[in-house]
Amino acid sequence: MSLLELTAVELGKKIKAGEVTVEEATSAALDAIRAKEDKVHSFVTIDEEGAMARAKEVQKQIDAGTLSGPLAGVPVAIKDNLCTQGLKTTCSSKILYNFVPTYTAEAVLNLEKAGAVILGKTNMDEFAMGSTTETSAYGATKNPWNAGHVPGGSSGGSCAAVAAEECFYALGTDTGGSIRQPSSFCGVTGIKPTYGTVSRYGVIAYGSSLDQVGPVAKDVTDCATILETITSYDKKDSTSVNREDTDFTAALVDDVKGMKIGIPRDYLGEGLDPEVKQAILAAAEVLKEKGAIVEEFDLSLVEYAIPAYYVIADAEASSNLARFDGVKYGYRTEEYEGLHQMYKKSRSEGIGPEVKRRIMMGSFVLSSGYYDAYYLKALRTKALIKQAFDKAFSKYDVILGPAAPTTAPKLGESLSDPLKMYLGDIYTVSVNLAGLPGISVPCGVDSKGLPIGLQLIGDCFKEKNIIRAAYAFEQTREYSRSPLAQE
Amino acid sequence: MANVISDETMEYVGILAQLELSEEEKQAAKKDMESMLDYIDKLNELDTSGVEPMSHVFPVHNVFREDVVENGDGGEETLANAPERRERAFVVPKTVEM
Amino acid sequence: MSKQYETVIGLEVHVELATKTKIFCSCSTAFGSAPNTHTCPVCTGMPGSLPVLNKQVVEYAMAVGVATNCQINQYCKFDRKNYFYPDNPQNYQISQLYLPICHDGGIEIETENGKKTIGIHEIHMEEDAGKLVHDDWEDVSLVDYNRSGVPLIEIVSEPDMRSADEVIAYLEKLRMIIQYLGASDCKMQEGSMRADVNLSVREVGAKEFGTRTEMKNIGSFKAIARAIEAETARQIDLLESGEQVIQETRRWNDDQGYSYAMRSKEDAQDYRYFPEPDLVPIVISDEWLNRIREEQPELRDEKQKRYTESFGLPEYDAQILTSSKKLADIFEATTEICGKPKKVSNWLMVETMRLLKENEMDAQDIRFSPANLAKLIELVEAGTINGSVAKEVFEEIFKEDIDPEKYVEEKGLKSMNDEGELRQTIEEIVKANPQSVEDYHNGKEKALGFLVGQTMKATKGKANPGIVNKILKELL
Repeated sequence: MSLLELTAVELGKKIKAGEVTVEEATSAALDAIRAKEDKVHSFVTIDEEGAMARAKEVQKQIDAGTLSGPLAGVPVAIKDNLCTQGLKTTCSSKILYNFVPTYTAEAVLNLEKAGAVILGKTNMDEFAMGSTTETSAYGATKNPWNAGHVPGGSSGGSCAAVAAEECFYALGTDTGGSIRQPSSFCGVTGIKPTYGTVSRYGVIAYGSSLDQVGPVAKDVTDCATILETITSYDKKDSTSVNREDTDFTAALVDDVKGMKIGIPRDYLGEGLDPEVKQAILAAAEVLKEKGAIVEEFDLSLVEYAIPAYYVIADAEASSNLARFDGVKYGYRTEEYEGLHQMYKKSRSEGIGPEVKRRIMMGSFVLSSGYYDAYYLKALRTKALIKQAFDKAFSKYDVILGPAAPTTAPKLGESLSDPLKMYLGDIYTVSVNLAGLPGISVPCGVDSKGLPIGLQLIGDCFKEKNIIRAAYAFEQTREYSRSPLAQE
Repeated sequence: MANVISDETMEYVGILAQLELSEEEKQAAKKDMESMLDYIDKLNELDTSGVEPMSHVFPVHNVFREDVVENGDGGEETLANAPERRERAFVVPKTVEM
Repeated sequence: MSKQYETVIGLEVHVELATKTKIFCSCSTAFGSAPNTHTCPVCTGMPGSLPVLNKQVVEYAMAVGVATNCQINQYCKFDRKNYFYPDNPQNYQISQLYLPICHDGGIEIETENGKKTIGIHEIHMEEDAGKLVHDDWEDVSLVDYNRSGVPLIEIVSEPDMRSADEVIAYLEKLRMIIQYLGASDCKMQEGSMRADVNLSVREVGAKEFGTRTEMKNIGSFKAIARAIEAETARQIDLLESGEQVIQETRRWNDDQGYSYAMRSKEDAQDYRYFPEPDLVPIVISDEWLNRIREEQPELRDEKQKRYTESFGLPEYDAQILTSSKKLADIFEATTEICGKPKKVSNWLMVETMRLLKENEMDAQDIRFSPANLAKLIELVEAGTINGSVAKEVFEEIFKEDIDPEKYVEEKGLKSMNDEGELRQTIEEIVKANPQSVEDYHNGKEKALGFLVGQTMKATKGKANPGIVNKILKELL
């Protein structure tokens, strides 16, 4: 059995027991990366030297007894929008092609304190804008289950790297579904925590009011363990919440008796692939058999989430991405006359079409005369969506549904019709608007052999409910390895 | 209701966003923005009168720092990624107008 | 000119607050360091960095709001103002548009035409921009972010001013209040207080305002007065010749004495404000607001009253002493030590003012300690040194803050109070100047003065003048 088949927590135990050294685990992961990158292209930057040096250092600390956590020595891949000191961080954009941060994202620092070994930075949709990882300036990532399909996005590189077994776990970010949807497409597990749970310091912002960092791994136990590790109250992030009840691994209990689970009827209607629907309802049935009370209900407002989301996310993005101008870091155009041409050429040459489109859209909805009609309207809609969830959570512990309406589309199919691509986010974006936690766990494959993800949504600060439900569900099935993982 | 974005608006938004789109890009972006706006107009179906715009999901407030200097000389780190620098400063095309 | 016009002026005053650190990061606000020394990822717009609000900024803004009779928004928020410029590292400025911290206040000013209240529309908190230095030889500018993120308040007045005099009176009053609060040193030369002037003209009696122009960042009170005069004349000329005033931003060139429009195609002036998602709202409780009210220091008007009433100072003294918070502080501290308010006042009003003027300094720049001034006063009172020596010693105190007791001791400046010793010296002088003695006896009073002068010269100025006079009269 390959070391890479192990989950992060399993490997952590073996390292602790002295059965595997950190260097062995790290070089096994680097070997896997070397063998598979041509087929999957999960990484933008691979840090072989840094990883091996770090492995040695971590092993010493483990031997000395100063590092003893469950993730000590376990190699990880980090999405390329999380800043890593001394390690290139590009957001898969040409405009940051050479950017080497002088600081590390708080979430990554927390992992390093727990003894993580960083293998490299994973590919993503440029600035996390996209659902396929095809908008990367460094080439698309492919789905480890079928190289003709996309891995989903925007954390497609992180999810594909886990599914392809190039690493033991990864960090992603989720602004409108960017952890849950690619986890679903790649047959892995990913959590988007409650807004404010994981510090955003060092996360290159897309939509500041929506962005959250979260884990991607092979199973729920790993995800709960990683989330517990990266969660922290950070004074550098004003939106960080000083919360209690963050011992998420305590929720790894195979018991859903009496748990109230609601399935929004509005999530099962038009647009949902019948095979996905069948898998989701089957999963609900499994939880019901285990003692959960499962019923359908009307969540309402589902169709308004996407327009509200895109107005808010694009508006924030248009402002957040203004800093990429060729003055302080990143790409500056070769030839220019005067300041404004330098700005325009650097930005136009350095930023890809999808990101440009969203910046244009965001600038437009904020511009004079449109602010009330679009931006304020979207913020009011957000308030109503939050109310709808509040009402639902007064009745249910967990909301169950699909993570995406379909399985992974073919490469090249999505970008031609952005609106259609945006509609694929219908089950995920409202969770970000309302700041809720959500998890995607594998629940089967379709007739094409592509994975299907089950999404469980919890009330704010109630990650434990979704972890418990996901864990109980997971106990009823085996983890399916992707074909690329088995090569 | 079909939204129509004029070429002037595209030009104007380009100035706001400091983006220069090729004619082809501009036409594509215009078309996409128009269909997005048609879709966003769906929000008008919702009666949001009396609803407070929600910019933060949680009622967190008063997050402050104390007024204590903690950072030392950050010059080298600040300039580490500069596309063009001269000694301790970033270099940009001259900014004085006229 | 057939018609009568009046000028309508509103001001936007930017004041750099006296915090130790920047508004959103813990970098120092100190002046005078090498470019980009006081910078970090936050104040240079590095990707992934996030702002955290300096509490002191809120407290200073509230204090200025209370002192200018504003309403305080007990729920206020920050917004982003989006525009591209290299001194603005994020290409947006964190400011307040929708819910500024203070609104609807006003202060009373006094000019030759009497008293008048100037309304304050709002006060908001925001971050300052970095500095651009333009290269003389090459077509480049150099960017320094040391000032980027220094906290500012912007005080927006109502269009209530009608003349340059009123504008200057308003600015001086504002400066005084803010200095008294300790919220800023308000030095226009160093840019810690800057004013944008919004100006329009209309026919006397007209109800509607004319079209206004805005003149940015004018550097001194005098320049503001000149700019107002010139812009008023320019607008009246336009109207008189049947043209229209265009609403625009103009830059005042004080050396040339004219303003020019700052127009640019790239300058759309559409700031796309929206609520800053990286900062949470500020909720000001009644307790907090009450504490700020209670901690308000005594302002100038109250101080003046107290100086005349409890210290018995003339109004004129009280006015001069309170013309600067620094001067008032020194006065109070020195009086506290020596208990002689009028003597302290005299030193401050005469010698201190003279030295400030000679050295082209502001009262803010005074460096000597009240303890040393108090000691000097005691030395004079005790007759240890005489008046002219005291002035000499005070110059040293003013320059170097020396300890006058030690200084007098070291330099041997103590008065000669020993009658026997002095009598001997004076006898010699009388002997050596028979002509003067004769003149004196012939009724020429001046001759006595000459002899006193000679005595002082012989004693190197240390002789006690009272004793010298007494002995001279006896001998003659």
